[in-house]
Amino acid sequence: MADTLTLGHRNFTSRLLTGTGKFASNEQIRPMLSASGSEIITVALRRVDLQASPQDNILTHIPDHVTLLPNTSGARTAEEAVRIARIAREAGCGDFIKIEVITDMQYLLPDNHETLKAAEILAKDDFIVLPYVMPDITISRQLYDAGAAAVMPLGSPIGSNRGLEMKPMIQRIIDTSRLPVIVDAGIGRPSQAAEAMEMGTDAVLVNTAIATARDPVQAGKAFSLAVTAGRMAYQAGMAGSSRRARASSPLTGFLQE
Amino acid sequence: MSFSTLADAYQSFDFSACFHSVHASEVRNVLDRAGSQAPLDTRDLLTLLSPAAQDFLEPMAQIAKNLTCQHFGKTISLYAPMYISDFCCNHCTYCGFNANTRFPRTRLTLEQIDREARAIADTGIRHILILTGEAPKKTPLSYLEDMCRIMTRYFSSIALEIYPMTETEYRGLKQAGADSLTVYQEVYDKSIYKAVHPKGPKSDYTFRLLTPERGAAAGFRAVNIGPLFGLGDPASEAFMAGLHARYLEQTYPHVEISLSLPRMTRAGGAISPRHLLSDRQFVQTLLAWRLFMPRLGITLSTRESAAFRDQLIHLGVTRYSAGSRTDVGGYHVHTTGTTVQFEVTDTRSVNEVAAMIRHSGYQPVFKDWEIF
Ligand code: SF4
Repeated sequence: MADTLTLGHRNFTSRLLTGTGKFASNEQIRPMLSASGSEIITVALRRVDLQASPQDNILTHIPDHVTLLPNTSGARTAEEAVRIARIAREAGCGDFIKIEVITDMQYLLPDNHETLKAAEILAKDDFIVLPYVMPDITISRQLYDAGAAAVMPLGSPIGSNRGLEMKPMIQRIIDTSRLPVIVDAGIGRPSQAAEAMEMGTDAVLVNTAIATARDPVQAGKAFSLAVTAGRMAYQAGMAGSSRRARASSPLTGFLQE
Repeated sequence: MSFSTLADAYQSFDFSACFHSVHASEVRNVLDRAGSQAPLDTRDLLTLLSPAAQDFLEPMAQIAKNLTCQHFGKTISLYAPMYISDFCCNHCTYCGFNANTRFPRTRLTLEQIDREARAIADTGIRHILILTGEAPKKTPLSYLEDMCRIMTRYFSSIALEIYPMTETEYRGLKQAGADSLTVYQEVYDKSIYKAVHPKGPKSDYTFRLLTPERGAAAGFRAVNIGPLFGLGDPASEAFMAGLHARYLEQTYPHVEISLSLPRMTRAGGAISPRHLLSDRQFVQTLLAWRLFMPRLGITLSTRESAAFRDQLIHLGVTRYSAGSRTDVGGYHVHTTGTTVQFEVTDTRSVNEVAAMIRHSGYQPVFKDWEIF
């Protein structure tokens, strides 16, 4: 059976999600997507200018087969996030929405409380809701109940390239979540993406590290390979990956005989 | 506690002795920490603004470039200023609009504002900065609210650089569509402030100092502050502005804070600048601010020359004005006999500035906000 990532009613082969922000030019987006094989790309609706020249309108740089994941960046409240999501859908950006509600401009950390409120409303509105959150198993459970399609805990603050600072918390979410887990923010190197995937993360979203690399196309490719390698390692059940005792030949098996 | 308590505490601080006591080894130490992304404190900011740090501009620039790229990417946001009135009842000795300067004053009608806005929007600019002098009788709140409502037809972000208002008045302007506020303290040194603002409402130091706080409390999503370089001692003014920005960042975590580095240029009726910031000091200030606050927005106006602006793109600036006119109606309406508030040094068009940004390996961003 094909190993696909399912979000809402859609299946994806690639487990690398990418972003449109921070590139030296929008022209780099298309070749980056093709090198990375990424099938989902996030775009800040606040950056979309439908009246701009094609060169300056981000949307014209995203090929049709790639799913748009508009995000609500700029929202400070659930209400604003909901409004942005609805505008995105009206503007033809599809049903996917990444909820980003940030009330801390210094570290850009998400506000879980407002995010949950927005997720509840938008899921009822038939959006495929992907919320960006502080890693916490309670929020992950609440998002499941709210009808979200995935949970997106941060690895470390946006753009920090610090990798999986929240690793133990993310592991707990992976262990308990009934939703796909997508690590978002903070992944700065392919090895960190592989590390997240080896842990059992379903997908990773990488923007800054690709967009600000000297060669974003090559970086996209590197991340894609790392994500694939990490996923394979996870599926292979690498030794030592379990945190519970699992004997290679059970010591008490004879009792069942 | 408001920022005025903090500002007051520094009025008697011996900046000169402090700056001159800094040794190269301390600068190296601060740079090590900045490079490893450890948070810097206010003592570190003093160190980075000291004469000793002038020998470290290159390593500071390398760190600043990395931090900026990491947080803002390879992008530069563009905006344009639009002057809608040059009436002013203040007597700022450094400004061409001051009440003593005799010239035919202009206030755009709402219809003229509409035409002017359309002309700017046609260049691709989506972020506008509206400027007026201080003349509440000529440009009352209702006029400014009407203006904001017109602006929402053309722009996705409306910033205001108008006279200080109360929190309630700011709420009204936010309701009408404005989303950010710019207010320069001009000079943090109280005695110089008094000397250069002899008459008019602006002579109230504290009311002006607390304006960014009223704006943040009123719900503006972004606040831009800055000293006017050429009035006080550059290094201590740069320090006070950094302190102010840090205070706002910590007190209003939901607000995006930026700093500007305007240097005095020539304008009608203006005094000549004192303590003018050299290019080296300008760069040092920019870099020190960036290292001190990695997520800080840094705005650069067309007061600076094209050649200088081109160089600064790699050093931490995040926002450029482009195609600026600093006279009322200067884009389209062209009323006769107007005066400029300050002289524009970089006279390139929006397209030319955007081309320069692309050529430097950055993306010019015309729209990075929406009034949702
Ligand atoms: S700086 Fe502003 S307040 Fe002062 S005179 Fe000029 S326009 Fe008026």
